[in-house]
Amino acid sequence: MSTAAEHPTYNYKVVRQFAIMTVVWGIVGMAVGVLIASQLVWPALNFDTAWLTYGRLRPLHTNAVIFAFGGCALFATSYYVVQRTSQTRLISDKLAAFTFWGWQLVILSAAITLPLGLTQSKEYAELEWPIDLLITVVWVAYAIVFLGTVKMRKTSHIYVGNWFYMAFILTVAVLHIVNSAAMPVSLFKSYSVYPGAVDAMVQWWYGHNAVGFFLTAGFLGMMYYFVPKQAERPIYSYRLSVVHFWALIATYMWAGGHHLHYTALPDFAQTLGMVMSLILLAPSWGGMINGMMTLSGAWHKLRTDPVLRFLVVSLSFYGMSTFEGPMMSIKTVNALSHYTDWTIGHVHAGALGWVAMISIGAVYHMIPKLWGKAQMASVGLINTHFWLATIGTVLYICSMWVNGILQGLMWRAVNEDGTLTYSFVEALEAGHWGFFVRALGGLFFLTGMFLMAYNVWQTVRKDSTAPAADASAQTA
Amino acid sequence: MSAFWNAWVWAITLAVILGCTWLLLATRKSEPHKEATEETLGHSFDGIEEYDNPLPGWWFQMFVATVIFGIAYLGLYGLANVKGFYGWSSVGQYEEEMAHAEEVYKPVFAKYAAMSVEDLQNQPDGLKIGQRMFANNCSLCHGATGAGAYGFPNLTDGDWLYGGAPATIKQSITNGRQGAMPAWGPVLGEEGVRDVASYVLSLSGAEHDAEMAARGQQQFQALCTACHGADGKGMQALGAANLTDNTWLYGGSFAQISHTIRAGRNGVMPAHKDLLSDDKITLITAYVYSLSNK
Repeated sequence: MSTAAEHPTYNYKVVRQFAIMTVVWGIVGMAVGVLIASQLVWPALNFDTAWLTYGRLRPLHTNAVIFAFGGCALFATSYYVVQRTSQTRLISDKLAAFTFWGWQLVILSAAITLPLGLTQSKEYAELEWPIDLLITVVWVAYAIVFLGTVKMRKTSHIYVGNWFYMAFILTVAVLHIVNSAAMPVSLFKSYSVYPGAVDAMVQWWYGHNAVGFFLTAGFLGMMYYFVPKQAERPIYSYRLSVVHFWALIATYMWAGGHHLHYTALPDFAQTLGMVMSLILLAPSWGGMINGMMTLSGAWHKLRTDPVLRFLVVSLSFYGMSTFEGPMMSIKTVNALSHYTDWTIGHVHAGALGWVAMISIGAVYHMIPKLWGKAQMASVGLINTHFWLATIGTVLYICSMWVNGILQGLMWRAVNEDGTLTYSFVEALEAGHWGFFVRALGGLFFLTGMFLMAYNVWQTVRKDSTAPAADASAQTA
Repeated sequence: MSAFWNAWVWAITLAVILGCTWLLLATRKSEPHKEATEETLGHSFDGIEEYDNPLPGWWFQMFVATVIFGIAYLGLYGLANVKGFYGWSSVGQYEEEMAHAEEVYKPVFAKYAAMSVEDLQNQPDGLKIGQRMFANNCSLCHGATGAGAYGFPNLTDGDWLYGGAPATIKQSITNGRQGAMPAWGPVLGEEGVRDVASYVLSLSGAEHDAEMAARGQQQFQALCTACHGADGKGMQALGAANLTDNTWLYGGSFAQISHTIRAGRNGVMPAHKDLLSDDKITLITAYVYSLSNK
C-alpha cells in the first residue's frame, strides 16, 4: 500500500482497512445471496450437504450483507466523515484498530457458526451469546472513538451527517443489548429471556430498528457527506435536516409492530405500529429531498460522473422503498403482502437500491482520496458497474412484486364452496419464473461487485495506473 | 392492562406524535425565507455548506396529513384500554368474516345435508366439494390422492384399521383416533422381539426364520392376541392392525417390524368436530368412502 498520501493529521489507515473489507464482504455476502436465490430455482444446489442448505445459508447471507458489508461501509465512512468534518484525528488509533480487528472477528465467527447451524433463531440477531458479547465490546469501543472524536472537534457545530452516525451508533447499542438478552445453557446454546408474544415484540422492535437505525440512519449519515461532496453543492436545507432527523428517530422506534399484524400481539400495538409507520413517511422522505435537491444546479454532472449516479439513484430507491414500507404497514395491504415475496422485494429495494448503491458510491469517492489518486483507475468500469447494479436491482424488485402479489392472491382465492382454490405448492410453482429472474438480478449485482474489486485493486496497488492527485487537492 | 400502563401508552404515544408536530410547526414558523434562497448558515464542514431553504410546502402538507390521519385512526380503532369508535378488534374481525363465510357458503352445504354417504356417491358436485375439503384439511398427512404415507394410513386400498363403513369413517374424522401399540422391548428382551417379529412376518407369508418364528409364536399368543386376535387378523374396534394382509403402516421389513414391537407406536388422527361443521364432515366422509368404493 502506498503511504505517499498519508494525511498529516487524519487516521486513514483504519478507513482504508474498512473500505477494502467493504468490497470483500460485499462479494462474499452477495455471492451467498445468489447461491440461495439459485437454490430456490434449482433445489439440487444445496448438494445434500447440511451446511449448504437454504436454512443455514440464508442467515449467513443476511448477516454478511448487513453487518459485514454494510457494517464495514459504515465504519469506513463514519471514521472518514467524522475526521474531515470535525477537522480532527480519531481520538485513539489503538481503539480504532481494535474496532477493525474486533469486527472482522465477529464476521468470521458468524461465517463459521451459522453454517454449523448454531443460532439464536432471532432474525438478524442469529449469533449466539459469546459472539453477542464480542459485538457489545466492539460497539462500545466504536462509540467511544466516534463520540470522543466528535467531542474533540475543531468546528463549532456538529455536522448533520454526524448526528445520524451518532443516532445509529447509540441506538444500535441499545437494540443489540435488549434483544440479545438470553440465558446461556452451554457455550453455543442460549434461550431468550422474553416469553412468547413479548419475545416477538422485542424481536421486531429490534428487527425494524435494525432497518431504521443501522440501514437508514447510518446510511443517511453517509448520504449527508458524500452527496454534497461529490456534487460540490451546499446541502439544500438545514432546517429540513433538523425536522426530519428528530422525527425520523422518534417515530422509527414504534414501527416494529407492523411486522406482527394479525398475530398474538395486542391489537393496539399493531394499530400503533401501523400509525407510526405512516407518520414515518414524511420524515423518511425528508432525507431523500435534502439529497436530491442538493443536486439542483448540478444535475448536468450526472452525465459525466458515474459515482454521483450511484448516489442519486440510491436516493431514488430510498424514496421508493420508504413509500412502499408505510403502504405495506396498512393492515389491509399487509393482509395481502405479508409472508409473500413482496416483503423480500421491498427489503431488497432498500438493501440493493439504497444501502448497497450509496455504499458503493461512497467507496468509489473515498478510495482515490485514501490512496492519493486523482480518481479511480477506470471511470468506465464504474459506469458499467452502475448499470449492472441498477438493472440487477430492478429485475430483483419487479420479479418479487409479481411473485408476491401472485402468491397473496393465490393463497386467498376460494372456490364457490369456501375451500381454497390453490394448495401451497401450486402457488410455489407459479413463482418459479420469478425466482429465476430474481437470481438473475442478483447475478447482475454480484458481477458489478467483481468489477468494483478489480477497479479498486487497480487503483490501490503499488504500480497503479491511476493518476496521482496533486498535493493541493489533498487538503481541500 | 392496568390504569398506569394505559396512561403510559397514551402519554408516550401522544408525546411522540405531538412532539413531532410541534417541531414541524415551530421550524416552519421560524423560517426567515419563505422562498428558495442562496443564503447559507455560514458554517462549512470539509467544504460542505448548508442553505437555509424553507421546508418544501408539499412535504409539510404531507407530514401534517399523516399526523391527522394517524390521530383519527387511533380514535377510530382504539389505543391501549380505550376502544375506538369502530369498536374494532382483530378477533372481532375474524369472527365477522367467519360469520359472513358461513352465511355465504351455508346454502352450498345445505343442499347435501339431508343425504346419506351412500346417496352422495351419486352426487359428483358433492364429491368434488368433499375432495376440495380433503385437499385443504386432510392431504397434509394422507396425501393429495389419499394414498397415505409412512405412519399415515392409505385411504384408497379398502384396508381399514377402524372399519370402512360410512358411519365408522365419519366417527374417525369427527372424534379422531388414538392408536396405541405398547412397547414390548422391556418385556420381551431383544431376542424375544426378534422372535415375535419373525412370527409376524410368517403371518403374511413373508420370508422368515422358521425356528425364531416358532419361538415367537408362543410369545405372540401370550402377549399380542388380546388386540391382534389369535389369528393375527386384528380388531377394528381397537384399531389393532391386521398382520396377515401384507399392508403395513410403519413398514413390513424385519427391522421395521422389530422396531414397532420393541418401541411401540402411537398414531394420532386429530378430531375435527371443532374445526368443521357436521355437514362438511359428511361430505368429506363421502369422498373418503368413494376412494375405495368406486
